[in-house]
Amino acid sequence: MAYSAAVRERYQQEIHGLEQAGLLKQERFIHSPQGADISVEFPAGAPVKRVINLCSNNYLGLSSHPEVVEAARAGLDSRGYGMSSVRFICGTQDVHRELEQGLTALLGTEDTLLFPSCMDANAGVFEAILGEADVMIADRLVHASIVDGMRLCKAQQDTFKHSDMAHLEEKLQEHQDKRARMVITDGVFSMDGDLAKLDAIVELAERYDAMVLVDDSHATGFIGRTGRGVHEHCGVVGRIDVITTTLGKALGGASGGCVSGRRELVEMCRQRARPYLFSNTVAPVIVAGALKVLELIGRGTERRDKLEENARYWRRLLTEAGFDVKAGDSPIVPVMLYNAKLAQDVARDLFAEGIYVVGFFFPVVPKGQARIRTQLSAAHERAHLDKAIEAFVKVGRKHDILGKGRKEITEKYGL
Amino acid sequence: MDELKQVILSYVIKEYLEEGDDRTVDAETPLISGGIVDSFSMVSLKRFLEKRYAIQIPDAEATPDAFDTVTRIAELVTRTQARTDGRA
Repeated sequence: MAYSAAVRERYQQEIHGLEQAGLLKQERFIHSPQGADISVEFPAGAPVKRVINLCSNNYLGLSSHPEVVEAARAGLDSRGYGMSSVRFICGTQDVHRELEQGLTALLGTEDTLLFPSCMDANAGVFEAILGEADVMIADRLVHASIVDGMRLCKAQQDTFKHSDMAHLEEKLQEHQDKRARMVITDGVFSMDGDLAKLDAIVELAERYDAMVLVDDSHATGFIGRTGRGVHEHCGVVGRIDVITTTLGKALGGASGGCVSGRRELVEMCRQRARPYLFSNTVAPVIVAGALKVLELIGRGTERRDKLEENARYWRRLLTEAGFDVKAGDSPIVPVMLYNAKLAQDVARDLFAEGIYVVGFFFPVVPKGQARIRTQLSAAHERAHLDKAIEAFVKVGRKHDILGKGRKEITEKYGL
Repeated sequence: MDELKQVILSYVIKEYLEEGDDRTVDAETPLISGGIVDSFSMVSLKRFLEKRYAIQIPDAEATPDAFDTVTRIAELVTRTQARTDGRA
Protein backbone atom coordinates (compact mmCIF):
# COMPACT_ATOMS: atom_id res chain seq x y z
CA MET A 1 0.00 0.00 0.00
CA ALA A 2 1.49 3.30 -1.09
CA TYR A 3 -0.43 5.31 1.49
CA SER A 4 1.50 3.72 4.33
CA ALA A 5 0.97 4.27 8.05
CA ALA A 6 4.06 6.48 8.14
CA VAL A 7 2.76 8.67 5.32
CA ARG A 8 -0.65 8.93 6.98
CA GLU A 9 1.00 9.85 10.28
CA ARG A 10 3.01 12.62 8.68
CA TYR A 11 -0.16 14.29 7.38
CA GLN A 12 -1.93 13.74 10.68
CA GLN A 13 0.91 15.48 12.49
CA GLU A 14 0.78 18.39 10.09
CA ILE A 15 -2.98 18.79 10.60
CA HIS A 16 -2.51 18.47 14.36
CA GLY A 17 0.16 21.20 14.19
CA LEU A 18 -2.31 23.53 12.45
CA GLU A 19 -4.88 22.77 15.12
CA GLN A 20 -2.39 23.43 17.94
CA ALA A 21 -1.42 26.75 16.35
CA GLY A 22 -5.09 27.75 16.12
CA LEU A 23 -4.85 27.84 12.32
CA LEU A 24 -7.19 24.96 11.45
CA LYS A 25 -10.05 26.17 9.29
CA GLN A 26 -13.40 24.62 10.06
CA GLU A 27 -16.49 24.91 7.90
CA ARG A 28 -19.81 25.99 9.31
CA PHE A 29 -22.75 24.23 7.70
CA ILE A 30 -25.52 26.58 6.56
CA HIS A 31 -28.98 25.02 6.34
CA SER A 32 -30.69 27.88 4.49
CA PRO A 33 -30.23 29.95 1.33
CA GLN A 34 -27.59 32.70 1.57
CA GLY A 35 -28.95 35.96 2.99
CA ALA A 36 -28.96 38.46 5.84
CA ASP A 37 -30.46 35.85 8.20
CA ILE A 38 -29.15 32.31 7.89
CA SER A 39 -29.43 29.01 9.76
CA VAL A 40 -26.03 27.70 10.83
CA GLU A 41 -24.85 24.41 12.33
CA PHE A 42 -21.64 25.05 14.23
CA PRO A 43 -19.76 23.21 15.45
CA ALA A 44 -20.73 20.17 13.39
CA GLY A 45 -23.57 18.35 15.13
CA ALA A 46 -24.69 21.37 17.16
CA PRO A 47 -28.33 22.48 16.90
CA VAL A 48 -29.00 24.78 13.96
CA LYS A 49 -28.95 28.43 15.05
CA ARG A 50 -30.52 31.44 13.33
CA VAL A 51 -27.91 34.22 13.00
CA ILE A 52 -27.35 37.54 11.24
CA ASN A 53 -24.74 37.13 8.53
CA LEU A 54 -22.07 39.84 8.50
CA CYS A 55 -19.37 37.97 6.59
CA SER A 56 -20.63 37.10 3.11
CA ASN A 57 -19.78 38.78 -0.18
CA ASN A 58 -23.50 39.00 -0.97
CA TYR A 59 -23.06 42.75 -1.37
CA LEU A 60 -26.16 43.42 -3.47
CA GLY A 61 -28.31 40.82 -1.72
CA LEU A 62 -28.92 38.97 -4.99
CA SER A 63 -27.65 35.50 -3.99
CA SER A 64 -31.17 34.26 -3.29
CA HIS A 65 -33.20 36.94 -5.07
CA PRO A 66 -36.46 35.42 -6.38
CA GLU A 67 -36.01 36.80 -9.91
CA VAL A 68 -32.46 35.41 -10.10
CA VAL A 69 -33.57 32.02 -8.80
CA GLU A 70 -36.45 31.96 -11.31
CA ALA A 71 -34.16 32.95 -14.21
CA ALA A 72 -31.69 30.23 -13.24
CA ARG A 73 -34.53 27.70 -13.16
CA ALA A 74 -35.68 28.79 -16.62
CA GLY A 75 -32.08 28.58 -17.83
CA LEU A 76 -31.84 25.03 -16.57
CA ASP A 77 -34.92 24.14 -18.63
CA SER A 78 -33.83 25.93 -21.80
CA ARG A 79 -30.07 25.20 -21.89
CA GLY A 80 -29.68 22.13 -19.69
CA TYR A 81 -27.43 21.36 -16.74
CA GLY A 82 -23.91 20.84 -18.05
CA MET A 83 -21.81 21.31 -21.17
CA SER A 84 -19.51 18.27 -20.84
CA SER A 85 -16.90 20.13 -22.85
CA VAL A 86 -14.42 22.97 -22.66
CA ARG A 87 -15.37 26.18 -24.45
CA PHE A 88 -13.40 25.74 -27.67
CA ILE A 89 -14.60 22.20 -28.43
CA CYS A 90 -18.36 22.18 -27.87
CA GLY A 91 -18.81 24.03 -24.57
CA THR A 92 -19.93 27.50 -25.66
CA GLN A 93 -23.62 28.42 -25.80
CA ASP A 94 -25.24 31.57 -27.12
CA VAL A 95 -25.90 32.61 -23.52
CA HIS A 96 -22.19 32.50 -22.64
CA ARG A 97 -21.51 35.05 -25.34
CA GLU A 98 -24.54 37.08 -24.26
CA LEU A 99 -23.22 37.23 -20.69
CA GLU A 100 -19.76 38.24 -21.91
CA GLN A 101 -21.30 41.09 -23.90
CA GLY A 102 -23.33 42.15 -20.85
CA LEU A 103 -20.20 42.23 -18.69
CA THR A 104 -18.34 44.21 -21.35
CA ALA A 105 -21.11 46.82 -21.29
CA LEU A 106 -21.18 46.95 -17.48
CA LEU A 107 -17.41 47.26 -17.13
CA GLY A 108 -16.98 49.69 -20.04
CA THR A 109 -14.35 47.58 -21.76
CA GLU A 110 -13.82 46.22 -25.30
CA ASP A 111 -14.39 42.49 -24.75
CA THR A 112 -14.79 39.84 -22.04
CA LEU A 113 -13.97 36.15 -21.60
CA LEU A 114 -15.62 34.01 -18.92
CA PHE A 115 -13.53 31.76 -16.67
CA PRO A 116 -14.66 29.06 -14.22
CA SER A 117 -13.75 31.51 -11.41
CA CYS A 118 -11.85 34.74 -10.89
CA MET A 119 -9.17 32.63 -9.23
CA ASP A 120 -8.84 30.93 -12.64
CA ALA A 121 -8.93 34.25 -14.49
CA ASN A 122 -6.04 35.50 -12.37
CA ALA A 123 -4.20 32.19 -12.70
CA GLY A 124 -4.37 32.37 -16.50
CA VAL A 125 -4.26 36.00 -17.55
CA PHE A 126 -0.60 36.88 -16.89
CA GLU A 127 0.92 33.88 -18.62
CA ALA A 128 -1.38 34.47 -21.60
CA ILE A 129 -0.39 38.07 -22.23
CA LEU A 130 3.12 38.63 -20.82
CA GLY A 131 6.50 37.03 -21.46
CA GLU A 132 10.11 37.04 -20.28
CA ALA A 133 10.84 40.47 -21.73
CA ASP A 134 8.05 42.10 -19.69
CA VAL A 135 7.61 43.06 -16.05
CA MET A 136 4.65 42.82 -13.66
CA ILE A 137 4.57 45.42 -10.88
CA ALA A 138 2.01 44.56 -8.21
CA ASP A 139 0.70 46.23 -5.09
CA ARG A 140 2.00 44.19 -2.14
CA LEU A 141 -1.49 43.49 -0.83
CA VAL A 142 -3.00 41.98 -3.99
CA HIS A 143 -5.15 38.88 -3.61
CA ALA A 144 -3.47 35.47 -3.34
CA SER A 145 -4.86 34.42 -6.73
CA ILE A 146 -2.91 37.23 -8.41
CA VAL A 147 0.25 36.17 -6.61
CA ASP A 148 -0.29 32.63 -7.91
CA GLY A 149 -1.00 33.86 -11.44
CA MET A 150 2.15 35.97 -11.44
CA ARG A 151 4.18 32.97 -10.29
CA LEU A 152 2.95 31.01 -13.30
CA CYS A 153 4.12 33.73 -15.68
CA LYS A 154 7.67 34.07 -17.00
CA ALA A 155 7.65 37.88 -16.92
CA GLN A 156 9.80 39.53 -14.27
CA GLN A 157 8.09 40.39 -11.01
CA ASP A 158 8.24 43.40 -8.79
CA THR A 159 6.04 44.90 -6.09
CA PHE A 160 5.30 48.33 -4.67
CA LYS A 161 4.32 49.33 -1.14
CA HIS A 162 0.57 49.23 -0.63
CA SER A 163 -1.06 52.18 -2.45
CA ASP A 164 2.25 54.08 -2.39
CA MET A 165 2.30 56.05 -5.64
CA ALA A 166 5.83 57.41 -5.13
CA HIS A 167 7.15 53.87 -4.76
CA LEU A 168 5.18 52.74 -7.83
CA GLU A 169 6.70 55.61 -9.82
CA GLU A 170 10.21 54.55 -8.75
CA LYS A 171 9.48 51.02 -9.94
CA LEU A 172 8.08 52.23 -13.26
CA GLN A 173 11.25 54.29 -13.79
CA GLU A 174 13.44 51.31 -12.87
CA HIS A 175 11.72 49.08 -15.42
CA GLN A 176 11.71 51.38 -18.44
CA ASP A 177 14.12 48.97 -20.14
CA LYS A 178 11.53 46.17 -20.30
CA ARG A 179 9.41 45.47 -23.41
CA ALA A 180 6.13 46.02 -21.56
CA ARG A 181 5.15 46.99 -18.04
CA MET A 182 1.94 46.02 -16.27
CA VAL A 183 0.77 47.61 -13.01
CA ILE A 184 -1.38 45.18 -11.04
CA THR A 185 -3.74 46.00 -8.20
CA ASP A 186 -6.94 44.99 -6.48
CA GLY A 187 -9.75 47.53 -6.91
CA VAL A 188 -10.97 47.07 -3.34
CA PHE A 189 -8.48 45.36 -1.03
CA SER A 190 -10.41 42.52 0.52
CA MET A 191 -8.93 42.52 4.01
CA ASP A 192 -8.76 46.30 4.59
CA GLY A 193 -11.69 47.48 2.47
CA ASP A 194 -9.72 50.41 1.05
CA LEU A 195 -9.90 51.40 -2.62
CA ALA A 196 -6.97 51.51 -5.04
CA LYS A 197 -6.02 55.01 -6.18
CA LEU A 198 -6.86 54.10 -9.75
CA ASP A 199 -6.85 57.69 -11.02
CA ALA A 200 -3.25 58.14 -9.85
CA ILE A 201 -2.25 54.66 -11.04
CA VAL A 202 -3.67 55.26 -14.52
CA GLU A 203 -1.94 58.61 -14.73
CA LEU A 204 1.44 57.07 -13.80
CA ALA A 205 0.87 54.15 -16.15
CA GLU A 206 0.14 56.49 -19.04
CA ARG A 207 3.21 58.59 -18.24
CA TYR A 208 5.52 55.55 -18.04
CA ASP A 209 3.94 53.51 -20.83
CA ALA A 210 2.50 50.73 -18.69
CA MET A 211 -0.69 48.68 -18.87
CA VAL A 212 -2.98 48.45 -15.84
CA LEU A 213 -4.73 45.33 -14.52
CA VAL A 214 -7.33 45.60 -11.76
CA ASP A 215 -9.01 42.74 -9.89
CA ASP A 216 -12.35 44.34 -9.11
CA SER A 217 -13.98 41.34 -7.48
CA HIS A 218 -14.94 43.28 -4.35
CA ALA A 219 -16.33 46.20 -6.38
CA THR A 220 -18.13 45.07 -9.53
CA GLY A 221 -21.83 45.82 -9.28
CA PHE A 222 -21.71 48.37 -6.45
CA ILE A 223 -18.65 50.66 -6.27
CA GLY A 224 -18.99 53.81 -8.38
CA ARG A 225 -22.12 55.86 -9.00
CA THR A 226 -23.76 53.17 -11.15
CA GLY A 227 -21.86 50.21 -9.71
CA ARG A 228 -19.41 49.60 -12.53
CA GLY A 229 -16.45 49.39 -10.18
CA VAL A 230 -13.51 51.30 -8.73
CA HIS A 231 -12.63 52.64 -12.18
CA GLU A 232 -16.00 54.41 -12.24
CA HIS A 233 -15.44 55.71 -8.69
CA CYS A 234 -12.07 57.13 -9.79
CA GLY A 235 -13.26 58.47 -13.14
CA VAL A 236 -11.09 56.24 -15.32
CA VAL A 237 -13.63 54.03 -17.16
CA GLY A 238 -12.16 53.02 -20.52
CA ARG A 239 -8.57 53.57 -19.35
CA ILE A 240 -8.05 50.22 -17.57
CA ASP A 241 -6.47 47.64 -19.88
CA VAL A 242 -7.57 44.51 -18.02
CA ILE A 243 -10.24 43.99 -15.36
CA THR A 244 -10.64 40.61 -13.73
CA THR A 245 -13.72 40.09 -11.65
CA THR A 246 -16.11 37.51 -10.28
CA LEU A 247 -19.71 36.37 -10.49
CA GLY A 248 -19.18 34.80 -7.07
CA LYS A 249 -19.77 37.88 -4.94
CA ALA A 250 -22.18 40.74 -5.72
CA LEU A 251 -23.28 39.38 -9.12
CA GLY A 252 -25.44 36.60 -7.72
CA GLY A 253 -22.63 34.91 -5.84
CA ALA A 254 -22.76 31.48 -7.50
CA SER A 255 -19.43 31.04 -9.27
CA GLY A 256 -17.49 32.14 -12.32
CA GLY A 257 -15.19 34.97 -13.23
CA CYS A 258 -13.88 36.82 -16.22
CA VAL A 259 -11.08 38.70 -17.92
CA SER A 260 -12.39 41.90 -19.49
CA GLY A 261 -10.45 44.60 -21.28
CA ARG A 262 -8.58 45.40 -24.48
CA ARG A 263 -9.82 43.25 -27.37
CA GLU A 264 -6.39 41.77 -28.19
CA LEU A 265 -5.58 40.93 -24.58
CA VAL A 266 -8.90 39.13 -24.16
CA GLU A 267 -8.25 37.28 -27.42
CA MET A 268 -4.80 36.22 -26.14
CA CYS A 269 -6.57 34.71 -23.12
CA ARG A 270 -8.96 32.84 -25.45
CA GLN A 271 -5.92 31.41 -27.26
CA ARG A 272 -3.57 30.79 -24.35
CA ALA A 273 -5.07 30.99 -20.86
CA ARG A 274 -4.86 27.48 -19.49
CA PRO A 275 -7.78 27.57 -17.02
CA TYR A 276 -10.00 28.67 -19.94
CA LEU A 277 -8.57 26.08 -22.33
CA PHE A 278 -8.55 23.07 -20.02
CA SER A 279 -11.66 23.45 -17.90
CA ASN A 280 -15.40 23.71 -18.50
CA THR A 281 -16.75 27.22 -18.21
CA VAL A 282 -19.60 28.48 -16.06
CA ALA A 283 -22.64 26.17 -16.18
CA PRO A 284 -25.68 27.35 -18.20
CA VAL A 285 -27.84 27.63 -15.08
CA ILE A 286 -25.39 30.11 -13.56
CA VAL A 287 -25.13 32.05 -16.81
CA ALA A 288 -28.92 32.43 -16.84
CA GLY A 289 -28.90 33.69 -13.25
CA ALA A 290 -26.04 36.10 -13.94
CA LEU A 291 -27.82 37.55 -16.97
CA LYS A 292 -30.79 38.35 -14.72
CA VAL A 293 -28.41 39.95 -12.21
CA LEU A 294 -27.07 42.25 -14.93
CA GLU A 295 -30.64 43.13 -15.88
CA LEU A 296 -31.46 43.96 -12.23
CA ILE A 297 -28.36 46.16 -11.90
CA GLY A 298 -29.30 47.91 -15.15
CA ARG A 299 -32.77 48.76 -13.83
CA GLY A 300 -31.46 51.21 -11.24
CA THR A 301 -29.02 51.93 -8.45
CA GLU A 302 -31.33 51.30 -5.46
CA ARG A 303 -29.42 48.23 -4.29
CA ARG A 304 -25.96 49.72 -4.45
CA ASP A 305 -27.32 52.92 -2.85
CA LYS A 306 -28.81 50.92 0.03
CA LEU A 307 -25.54 49.03 0.45
CA GLU A 308 -23.61 52.29 0.60
CA GLU A 309 -26.03 53.66 3.19
CA ASN A 310 -25.83 50.43 5.24
CA ALA A 311 -22.02 50.59 5.21
CA ARG A 312 -22.05 54.23 6.31
CA TYR A 313 -24.54 53.49 9.09
CA TRP A 314 -22.66 50.41 10.35
CA ARG A 315 -19.33 52.20 10.30
CA ARG A 316 -20.86 55.01 12.39
CA LEU A 317 -22.40 52.56 14.89
CA LEU A 318 -19.08 50.77 15.41
CA THR A 319 -17.08 53.98 15.69
CA GLU A 320 -19.50 55.56 18.15
CA ALA A 321 -19.43 52.39 20.25
CA GLY A 322 -15.65 52.77 20.56
CA PHE A 323 -14.37 50.04 18.26
CA ASP A 324 -11.11 50.52 16.35
CA VAL A 325 -12.42 50.54 12.75
CA LYS A 326 -10.29 50.84 9.63
CA ALA A 327 -11.30 53.86 7.58
CA GLY A 328 -12.65 53.26 4.08
CA ASP A 329 -15.39 53.76 1.49
CA SER A 330 -16.41 50.16 0.86
CA PRO A 331 -18.86 47.74 2.47
CA ILE A 332 -15.87 45.90 3.98
CA VAL A 333 -15.54 47.25 7.53
CA PRO A 334 -12.68 45.67 9.51
CA VAL A 335 -12.81 45.83 13.30
CA MET A 336 -9.20 45.81 14.44
CA LEU A 337 -8.25 43.52 17.34
CA TYR A 338 -4.52 42.98 16.53
CA ASN A 339 -4.20 39.81 18.64
CA ALA A 340 -5.09 36.54 16.84
CA LYS A 341 -6.60 34.79 19.84
CA LEU A 342 -8.65 37.84 20.77
CA ALA A 343 -10.06 37.95 17.21
CA GLN A 344 -11.10 34.31 17.48
CA ASP A 345 -12.59 34.77 20.96
CA VAL A 346 -14.59 37.81 19.91
CA ALA A 347 -15.92 35.99 16.80
CA ARG A 348 -16.94 33.02 18.95
CA ASP A 349 -18.72 35.21 21.49
CA LEU A 350 -20.52 37.11 18.74
CA PHE A 351 -21.75 33.84 17.26
CA ALA A 352 -23.18 32.94 20.67
CA GLU A 353 -25.01 36.28 20.51
CA GLY A 354 -26.42 35.43 17.06
CA ILE A 355 -23.95 37.35 14.90
CA TYR A 356 -21.94 35.45 12.30
CA VAL A 357 -18.49 36.96 11.72
CA VAL A 358 -15.03 35.47 11.27
CA GLY A 359 -11.69 36.42 12.81
CA PHE A 360 -8.76 36.89 10.40
CA PHE A 361 -5.12 36.64 11.44
CA PHE A 362 -1.66 35.80 10.08
CA PRO A 363 -0.98 34.58 7.40
CA VAL A 364 -4.23 35.94 5.89
CA VAL A 365 -3.37 39.41 7.24
CA PRO A 366 0.07 40.66 8.43
CA LYS A 367 1.29 39.61 11.88
CA GLY A 368 -0.15 41.74 14.66
CA GLN A 369 -3.03 42.90 12.43
CA ALA A 370 -5.73 40.39 13.47
CA ARG A 371 -9.26 41.58 12.96
CA ILE A 372 -12.88 40.76 12.44
CA ARG A 373 -13.93 41.63 8.91
CA THR A 374 -17.55 42.70 8.77
CA GLN A 375 -19.22 42.94 5.37
CA LEU A 376 -22.43 44.73 4.59
CA SER A 377 -25.16 43.70 2.18
CA ALA A 378 -28.10 45.42 0.55
CA ALA A 379 -30.08 42.56 2.12
CA HIS A 380 -29.44 44.01 5.58
CA GLU A 381 -32.12 46.20 7.12
CA ARG A 382 -31.48 48.76 9.85
CA ALA A 383 -32.94 46.28 12.35
CA HIS A 384 -30.17 43.77 11.52
CA LEU A 385 -27.47 46.33 12.14
CA ASP A 386 -29.10 47.68 15.31
CA LYS A 387 -29.27 44.16 16.70
CA ALA A 388 -25.70 43.43 15.62
CA ILE A 389 -24.26 46.49 17.31
CA GLU A 390 -25.92 45.51 20.59
CA ALA A 391 -24.10 42.19 20.42
CA PHE A 392 -20.81 43.86 19.44
CA VAL A 393 -21.04 46.25 22.40
CA LYS A 394 -21.83 43.41 24.82
CA VAL A 395 -18.85 41.35 23.58
CA GLY A 396 -16.63 44.43 23.37
CA ARG A 397 -17.37 45.20 27.04
CA LYS A 398 -16.65 41.62 28.04
CA HIS A 399 -13.18 41.84 26.48
CA ASP A 400 -12.67 45.45 27.58
CA ILE A 401 -11.72 46.76 24.15
CA LEU A 402 -14.21 49.62 23.71
CA GLY A 403 -12.57 53.00 23.32
CA LYS A 404 -9.18 51.31 22.98
CA GLY A 405 -6.78 51.57 20.05
CA ARG A 406 -3.85 49.47 18.90
CA LYS A 407 -1.56 50.51 21.74
CA GLU A 408 -4.02 49.73 24.56
CA ILE A 409 -5.28 46.49 23.01
CA THR A 410 -1.79 45.13 22.36
CA GLU A 411 -0.64 46.14 25.84
CA LYS A 412 -3.50 44.10 27.28
CA TYR A 413 -3.47 41.12 24.91
CA GLY A 414 -0.05 41.17 23.23
CA LEU A 415 0.51 40.90 19.49
CA MET B 1 28.48 46.27 11.17
CA ASP B 2 30.38 45.87 7.94
CA GLU B 3 29.52 47.79 4.81
CA LEU B 4 27.78 44.94 2.99
CA LYS B 5 25.34 44.39 5.86
CA GLN B 6 24.78 48.13 6.12
CA VAL B 7 23.89 48.38 2.43
CA ILE B 8 21.44 45.47 2.69
CA LEU B 9 19.88 46.83 5.88
CA SER B 10 19.37 50.27 4.35
CA TYR B 11 17.71 48.73 1.31
CA VAL B 12 15.42 46.54 3.44
CA ILE B 13 14.28 49.51 5.53
CA LYS B 14 13.65 51.71 2.48
CA GLU B 15 12.04 49.02 0.35
CA TYR B 16 9.90 47.12 2.86
CA LEU B 17 8.97 49.25 5.86
CA GLU B 18 5.86 51.38 5.43
CA GLU B 19 5.84 54.97 6.57
CA GLY B 20 5.01 55.07 10.28
CA ASP B 21 6.16 51.49 10.82
CA ASP B 22 7.81 51.61 14.23
CA ARG B 23 9.49 48.21 14.10
CA THR B 24 13.26 48.26 14.50
CA VAL B 25 15.22 46.14 12.09
CA ASP B 26 18.83 45.06 12.61
CA ALA B 27 21.12 42.45 11.06
CA GLU B 28 19.52 39.62 13.05
CA THR B 29 15.84 40.57 12.73
CA PRO B 30 13.88 37.75 11.07
CA LEU B 31 12.60 39.36 7.88
CA ILE B 32 10.53 36.66 6.20
CA SER B 33 9.59 34.51 9.20
CA GLY B 34 8.99 37.75 11.11
CA GLY B 35 6.49 38.97 8.55
CA ILE B 36 8.47 42.07 7.45
CA VAL B 37 9.22 40.80 3.93
CA ASP B 38 7.02 38.23 2.18
CA SER B 39 8.37 35.83 -0.38
CA PHE B 40 6.31 37.59 -3.05
CA SER B 41 8.17 40.88 -2.47
CA MET B 42 11.59 39.31 -1.87
CA VAL B 43 12.42 39.33 -5.58
CA SER B 44 13.25 43.06 -5.65
CA LEU B 45 15.91 42.51 -2.97
CA LYS B 46 17.47 39.71 -5.02
CA ARG B 47 17.48 41.91 -8.14
CA PHE B 48 19.04 44.80 -6.16
CA LEU B 49 21.85 42.59 -4.85
CA GLU B 50 22.55 41.10 -8.27
CA LYS B 51 22.76 44.50 -9.89
CA ARG B 52 24.77 46.20 -7.16
CA TYR B 53 27.33 43.40 -6.76
CA ALA B 54 27.29 42.13 -10.36
CA ILE B 55 26.41 38.59 -9.32
CA GLN B 56 23.81 35.97 -10.24
CA ILE B 57 22.20 34.33 -7.22
CA PRO B 58 20.90 30.92 -8.38
CA ASP B 59 17.13 30.54 -7.77
CA ALA B 60 17.80 27.34 -5.81
CA GLU B 61 19.84 29.35 -3.30
CA ALA B 62 17.44 32.31 -3.08
CA THR B 63 15.30 30.57 -0.50
CA PRO B 64 13.18 32.27 2.18
CA ASP B 65 15.59 30.76 4.70
CA ALA B 66 18.67 32.28 3.03
CA PHE B 67 16.92 35.67 2.93
CA ASP B 68 15.61 35.62 6.48
CA THR B 69 18.14 37.98 8.11
CA VAL B 70 20.50 40.64 6.85
CA THR B 71 23.42 38.56 8.15
CA ARG B 72 22.35 35.50 6.16
CA ILE B 73 21.76 37.58 3.04
CA ALA B 74 25.27 39.05 3.41
CA GLU B 75 26.68 35.51 3.71
CA LEU B 76 24.83 34.50 0.54
CA VAL B 77 26.20 37.50 -1.33
CA THR B 78 29.74 36.79 -0.10
CA ARG B 79 29.47 33.12 -1.12
CA THR B 80 28.14 34.02 -4.54
CA GLN B 81 30.86 36.66 -5.03
CA ALA B 82 33.57 34.13 -4.15
CA ARG B 83 32.19 31.72 -6.75
CA THR B 84 31.94 34.47 -9.33
CA ASP B 85 35.55 35.59 -8.64
CA GLY B 86 36.72 31.98 -8.77
CA ARG B 87 35.28 31.59 -12.25
CA ALA B 88 36.79 34.86 -13.43
